[in-house]
Amino acid sequence: MPEPDPLHLAVALDGAGWHPAAWREPSARPRELFSPGYWVDLVTEAERGLLDFVTFEDSLALQSSLLGGPDGRTDQVRGRLDAVLVAARVAPLTSRIGLVPATSVLHTEPFHLSKAIATLDYTSGGRAGWRVQAGRPAESPHFGRRDSPEITFDNLDTPEIQAFVAASFDEAADHVEVVRRLWDSWEDDAEIRDAATGRFVDRDKLHYIDFEGRWFSVRGPSITPRPPQGQPPVTALAHATIPYRLAARAADVVYVTPHDLDQVRAIVAEVRDEQDRAGRAGETLHVFADLVVVLDDTAEAAADRLGRLDGHLDAPAGSDAKTFAGTPAGLADLLLDWQAAGLTGYRLRPAVLPDDLTAITRRLAPELARRGRFRTEYRTTTLRGHLGLPRPASRYAAAAEQRIEVASS
Amino acid sequence: MSSPRKQIILGHYLGGVNHHTVWSDPAAGSQIAFSSFRHAAQAAERGKFDFFFLAEGLILRERLGQIFDQDIVGRPDTLPVLASLAAVTEHLGLVGTLNATFNEPYELARQLASLDHLSGGRAGWNVVTSFDAFTGQNFRRGGFLHRDDRYVRAEEFVALARQLWDSWAADAIVADAENGRFLRDAAAGTFRHSGRQFDVAGQFNVPRSPQGRPVVLQAGVSPQGRDFAAATADAIFSPYHELGPAQEYYRDIQARLVRAGRPPGSVKLLPGGTFILGDTEADAVERQREVARAQVSGRTAQILLETVWNRDLSGYDPDGPLPDIDPDPTGPPVIQGRARLAEDPFETVRTWRALAEANRYSLRDLAIRVFSHTEFVGTPTQIADRLDHFVQNDGSDGFILGSHVTPGGIDEFVDKVVPLLQERGSLRAEYSGTTLRDNLGLPPVPVAADRTPQGTPA
Repeated sequence: MPEPDPLHLAVALDGAGWHPAAWREPSARPRELFSPGYWVDLVTEAERGLLDFVTFEDSLALQSSLLGGPDGRTDQVRGRLDAVLVAARVAPLTSRIGLVPATSVLHTEPFHLSKAIATLDYTSGGRAGWRVQAGRPAESPHFGRRDSPEITFDNLDTPEIQAFVAASFDEAADHVEVVRRLWDSWEDDAEIRDAATGRFVDRDKLHYIDFEGRWFSVRGPSITPRPPQGQPPVTALAHATIPYRLAARAADVVYVTPHDLDQVRAIVAEVRDEQDRAGRAGETLHVFADLVVVLDDTAEAAADRLGRLDGHLDAPAGSDAKTFAGTPAGLADLLLDWQAAGLTGYRLRPAVLPDDLTAITRRLAPELARRGRFRTEYRTTTLRGHLGLPRPASRYAAAAEQRIEVASS
Repeated sequence: MSSPRKQIILGHYLGGVNHHTVWSDPAAGSQIAFSSFRHAAQAAERGKFDFFFLAEGLILRERLGQIFDQDIVGRPDTLPVLASLAAVTEHLGLVGTLNATFNEPYELARQLASLDHLSGGRAGWNVVTSFDAFTGQNFRRGGFLHRDDRYVRAEEFVALARQLWDSWAADAIVADAENGRFLRDAAAGTFRHSGRQFDVAGQFNVPRSPQGRPVVLQAGVSPQGRDFAAATADAIFSPYHELGPAQEYYRDIQARLVRAGRPPGSVKLLPGGTFILGDTEADAVERQREVARAQVSGRTAQILLETVWNRDLSGYDPDGPLPDIDPDPTGPPVIQGRARLAEDPFETVRTWRALAEANRYSLRDLAIRVFSHTEFVGTPTQIADRLDHFVQNDGSDGFILGSHVTPGGIDEFVDKVVPLLQERGSLRAEYSGTTLRDNLGLPPVPVAADRTPQGTPA
């Protein structure tokens, strides 16, 4: 019997944790959420647990429990630092773990984003990734360059809103396409430093990307040379068909939110189907499930802790992802069960930082390792390496080789 | 001297992507590896510099439709490098050049505020604007900005950024776990602005940063630019290296400051410059001669002159006389992606012809003379004297220094010139504050934030 594939494990970092009352826990550091030391401690802990990567949440609007604008709450964490810069701040102080910031793309420049992630890849020595997100309508008035419809949980399924959502994800796909082309726009060996001819670069290895789309046109090439990984992994969170399609077209890792085994099977089948349609059947597209986790010594203790957290809320915390409250061993069982149904990994959202992160790194990861399903040491130094993704050649290098072949045949 | 010695402000910029950086030098390292940036920043901090500085260019230069291949090229994104440098330095200010044309205030203001948080109050922003359609090709809006609107854009951008930075009160976060109150007021971050360039409203999502407002640098030479800088900047990238004109500029800016209602000295004037050291003056001059010839090869000389002639000069012998034809300023651009170098190319060419004739310069000699600027050449003592004299006599408040060697060129300055400046009490022996504002001796930003949601603060 072949060895079962090892699991990939990521942790999603945000504020004081994913439970809205996390910041009120005794171990929380709510006054330090905007200090670099807080983030360095968390990512160092995640690296100690040998995790594939951490993600950093972000948006261009204040957090809100509503789909539209601000919710006016004062009892939850509000405010965030720029995720790319948090990742960059942590990069020189860590050595193996992948760093995956989120960025909203409907108001931002693909040219800037491409060089930002490429630069994170340089300063981290090949550990950068990116989570693309379409962004929320509440971001629009902060930029004032486009209108967004008002979106609520009630009108979400109307044709107008669905058309808007589809267009947003199409634009996000264009954004990713431009970012990826720009990463390839310098071939790896474009810099030659040839004193004899006085040439620093071989300009034949710098490429215009000449992207022209419905929302923007970008000429290129990038001002930043090709990043160490060539193509830092692109990831996306997806809850429905439209975002599954974006992920299948553009991503290396998709985060999905099944709540039971049947949903795992159905979602994986749909994602794989979209992957085939996108013509990427032979490529690696990781499908990770997102889970909010509350971990403790016993299932009762975990349930009690979740109850205590929920007790701070006026209504139960809504979550797109399933919440697991139980023991690390119990979570390991669930992860392996669901993996057998087609997932390749997980992005765990600690309910409380650092408590549930520490439970992941010091209890869950070793438990999975004991079962032979998680690494006992890092074997590669890049994020692509951790994810089993080969380093691709620049698409333009391949095209150039083809031209030479055609010319010489 | 009766008044106390002025402290010299020092910034270090790491090589630009142009002919100044000699990539063929055996000591030249990578222009893109993080180790180069770390080396340069840590060297500057060892030398008790005030800040580290990065320039920016948002498109690769072209000549006759082809990408430049002879100059060093390829640089990282400014903000992530500065955030990474914050992890490996402690006191050094981190200043980035960031374009007000191809960014939006909400995003850029939060990036700068984030950098300020992540560096413990060491963020700075050198505000520039572009109005060329060539650079616009890489961005959503293309070359949308008219040349005459560049200060309008910059002014409105900076004012809005400051409104955003001020939109969270210093005590907005109470984090009272017992009573479940994280924010003091749900309106934290509220802003509204309606102007010619931006029409925006909402809530900013980064709490007030350690400096309150990151430090703002500008360059300003025209009367409009000087007024803008005097009204809004914390520091100015000054163009004057000769004491007389520099003093005149210094006095002029102080007068404009007062007219703008700001105290004298509240803007620091900082010319950029490069240095070449030698054990003797003759040695330094000889090194400078070699560096200049490495910076300006025959081919580079032709290209540099093309920036003024706007003609293909590749057929002219670099060792021969200047081109005998007139410039063609109205023709299609020969060089794209760098600032125009002459307002009146005919006048510039006339001046250059006279200079070449008087000195019997070849085309390349002339290019070296006008394009290979090394402002400070001499022994460590001579350079220390010159820098100190310049600052103590109000030619400037300090300098932003670069080297033709990336990234180690600054080491020699730190090892040989810095101790001399420290001996005379013109440069700190230790850092005394924690923020870039502290380093520069700028007054702290008033804590009371303007939290009114109407209009732009003055």
